[in-house]
Amino acid sequence: MATKKTARASAGPVAKAAKAKINSSLSDDAKIGLLEEMIRIRRFEERSLRAYQQGKIGGFLHLYIGQESVAVGSLSVLGENDHFITAYRDHGHALACGMTMNECMAELYGKVTGCSRGKGGSMHFFAPDKNYWGGHGIVAGQTPLGLGLAYALKYNNIEGVALCYLGDGAVNQGVFHESLNLAALWDIPVIYIIENNGYSMGTSEARSSKFTGSLAKRAEGYDMAWESVVANHIYVVREATDRHVRYAKETSKPVLLELKTYRYRGHSVADANSEKYRTKEEIQNYQDTMDPINVFRKTLIDEGVIDEDRVKQIEKSAKDEANAAAKFADESDFPSVDSITEDVYWETDNPDQRQSGGRMFFHS
Amino acid sequence: MREITYREAIKEALIEELERDDQVVIMGEEVAHYNGAYKVTEGLLDRFGDKRIVDTPISEAGFIGLGIGASMLGMRPVMELMFWSFSYVAFDQIVNNAAMVRYMSGGLINVPIVIRGPANGGTNVGATHSHTPENFIAYTPGLKVVCPSNAYDAKGLMKMAIRDNDPVYVMENTLLYGQTWEVPEEEYIIPLGKADVKREGSDLSIVAHGRSTITALEAATKLAEDGIEAEVVDLRSIRPLDIDTVLESVGKTNRVLLVDENKPFCGVSSQISHMIQLEAFDYLDAPIRRVTSIDSPAIYSDPLEKEQLPNPARVDKAARALLEEVSV
Ligand SMILES: Cc1ncc(C[n+]2csc(CCOP(=O)(O)OP(=O)(O)O)c2C)c(N)n1
Repeated sequence: MATKKTARASAGPVAKAAKAKINSSLSDDAKIGLLEEMIRIRRFEERSLRAYQQGKIGGFLHLYIGQESVAVGSLSVLGENDHFITAYRDHGHALACGMTMNECMAELYGKVTGCSRGKGGSMHFFAPDKNYWGGHGIVAGQTPLGLGLAYALKYNNIEGVALCYLGDGAVNQGVFHESLNLAALWDIPVIYIIENNGYSMGTSEARSSKFTGSLAKRAEGYDMAWESVVANHIYVVREATDRHVRYAKETSKPVLLELKTYRYRGHSVADANSEKYRTKEEIQNYQDTMDPINVFRKTLIDEGVIDEDRVKQIEKSAKDEANAAAKFADESDFPSVDSITEDVYWETDNPDQRQSGGRMFFHS
Repeated sequence: MREITYREAIKEALIEELERDDQVVIMGEEVAHYNGAYKVTEGLLDRFGDKRIVDTPISEAGFIGLGIGASMLGMRPVMELMFWSFSYVAFDQIVNNAAMVRYMSGGLINVPIVIRGPANGGTNVGATHSHTPENFIAYTPGLKVVCPSNAYDAKGLMKMAIRDNDPVYVMENTLLYGQTWEVPEEEYIIPLGKADVKREGSDLSIVAHGRSTITALEAATKLAEDGIEAEVVDLRSIRPLDIDTVLESVGKTNRVLLVDENKPFCGVSSQISHMIQLEAFDYLDAPIRRVTSIDSPAIYSDPLEKEQLPNPARVDKAARALLEEVSV
């Protein structure tokens, strides 16, 4: 069984995590790479926010700013047979798994060069070639899909796990509980990661979940391993995820892992209430003391891995990359009108190999 | 007369009914402290307190089911769904319980619940968030479906929906919330199942509901510049359906164009079209035409979504094509 302890944001767990092999074996370059990844996500998000304000991006834009250590840390321990899926706050995971800023930004702009060819938008990024099964818009709707990914791995005797991310608001959906029960009942190696940023839209965790000591503790009802950790330090995220990935692979059992984090911005950019349901001080306090990028930068400086000049360089190149992505998106074309009915049925896109008779589409 | 927004009109209806009947409660995600995702319930918590205005967790099946249960015991819950797209999470409760309890109990139990919230595309939020499911609901006997196209109707129909003894689904439209219309200060209600001729005309009948009515009216104004007089019939509610008003209009114009944000296949307009040909076949000078959403999931990309949905240009084109068809 995995440990059932809630770690505190003291030096203790970070120091312990730093010593774990998954972190202590990292080369200096690899450590810098992790920091760079987090910075790239933040710059991308800030650039997309600007594009939204300029009216270049429509619909919803759920920013990941403040949560970078979660996606970058947890995805960085996965192997080639491990898969993952998430909800609608999906840009961080996309960049962390190696998708390019260009394809992500172009998708936000609704352009044909986007990862979903302008059809998905902010909430629906996908990269199956990178074991990334998407961005999903319905709260908790992805939780049985994550279960299915892990089921398929087990079915095919592939030694791998599936990570399934969800928010703290999603734990109150029935389908999440059905997923946990099935995972535990059938010994499915899925790791549910609750990215607990404290809020679902304008509702705090305390106002939406009865038992808030640890959301992950609900796993006990399913006889499932669980853990809650403060997740702003990437070493802690990596250590915990790695340990559970190994556990899931060895035992073929599921895990419920709660990573406590925080979002700086509103629920979405269109959230006019973003500063009404929590205080400015609360946000400021987290930024000042817990920010995952600042915290890790400081660790790396203390370790002698990096200096401020190098950090500045990274910041600059991430900013340049995000600006270039915005330019790329701006200059790309919108999809064609014909493409509206492409990608609905495989058979309509492959008429030569069509297997059924009858009409697929209906016109008014 | 004063003008107020569609949003304010619905809020007024809620306030008046909350004051009239203490069994009315408002419930849903972010309706209280956050003042409503679309601000329809803004200020209600301050005014009525947290016993009447209740925030729920993100648990659609749970809280909609709770509302159905409470309504069985005589309450009149008004449940907000943040988006109609999310009603699918609660679909079992809606279809198997709300719609069927009365029937299965041989009429012993009524289910006077209102489920309301925005349904529609046109806001670039992608396939999962852009559903227009009035046909799904209207398909199910036992459920009523109201789709107000303006602030005046929204208020009168909402008040009626709350007083109705059956489950009523009021499908609002995000894109209409901020628009204003004339609404009287005095109290009024609009019965469910009464269509409204929003514009008189003699050359063709355009039948629509919800925001498609606004699209149809825009197109009709444009057609009038070329001397084409379209009559616009707003269904207002899909079930009960006022087909008589539609047939009357067909009898007058002899040509029908249906404008419907549903998809064409098994959509609301499929049903209307069937009923017109059945009961007014002899009056038709041309086949019935439709402008619906293009038959695919909602696309994210803005210019394409505009094309995918019924828009005045598509209505204009279809209307002219309809008029060119000569009867033999
Ligand atoms: C079934 C469903 N209900 C409601 C929504 C609207 N909605 C989108 S995100 C959200 C809050 C979810 O919060 P949480 O799960 O904590 O994730 P976070 O936004 O914090 O990442 C809500 C209510 C939705 N997308 N799907």
